Amino acid sequence: MVQYSQTRFDASFAALSDATRRGVLEQLGRADASITELADKFHMTLTGMKKHVGVLEQAGLVTTQKIGRVRTCKLGRRRLEEEAAWIEKYRQLWAARFDALDKVIEELKQKEKADGLRKME
Amino acid sequence: MVLEKWSDKRTTVERTSDRELVVTRTFNGPARIVFEAWAKPELFKRWWVPKSAGMSLLSCDMDIRTGGHYRLEFGHPAFEQPMVFFGRYIEVTPPVRLIWTNDEGGEGAGAVTTVTFEERGADTLAVLRDLYPSKDALDEAIASESLGGFSEQFAQLDEVLVALGATK
Repeated sequence: MVQYSQTRFDASFAALSDATRRGVLEQLGRADASITELADKFHMTLTGMKKHVGVLEQAGLVTTQKIGRVRTCKLGRRRLEEEAAWIEKYRQLWAARFDALDKVIEELKQKEKADGLRKME
Repeated sequence: MVLEKWSDKRTTVERTSDRELVVTRTFNGPARIVFEAWAKPELFKRWWVPKSAGMSLLSCDMDIRTGGHYRLEFGHPAFEQPMVFFGRYIEVTPPVRLIWTNDEGGEGAGAVTTVTFEERGADTLAVLRDLYPSKDALDEAIASESLGGFSEQFAQLDEVLVALGATK
């Protein structure tokens, strides 16, 4: 079962509390866009838009990729889902290993106990 | 700060930063025994590769001491080539700490793994941290679907593990 912590939800809500950022998400839902395009669209400075995109990126709602000199933004949900699936797989790998490790530890404990008894005799 | 957390009753994974994953698990036994099971090759071999995955450990060279190297080769009927994992032990301090590098992707490109063992009564809490050199390195590992250093061929492990989970 995949569980998200409160922190990520908090970051998402904080990111969504701003009208411009909601607009950016809506825009990216239609098509990927560069920071420059988004700044133009929302009549903002590049620096201002970079900040907004940074907040969205921090919350995992948007991902950005720099190709050459252009930073392209896209909705981040798919990546988030992939990430969640990967981490769950990673967890299952460790869980499977550790279940096997339990058996090894149990055996070592039994052996130690038996050796201890033998010494006492 | 914990960004995200995945867990069942026993094994928990937390993404504690954009380049670190932390796995925690409690074992029923003293730290010295738990450590022994990690640090002795003949014991390590018995649990590191989940049998259910159909994988086998073809070779296992572990020179467990600070500065020593390790090299593991895995085989699977579906693989043409064995998968090789190697690195160096940065620190080996029985029975409290093990630190090693994962260098199969290039030196400095992989995560550094730190495992600590902490006794709690009759139990031992093991905390394993995979610290990637950068956010991009962890993102890349996720994007490539490689699993804890395993290659994308490991994707099939997925099905096996899902099946395992279903039978529990």
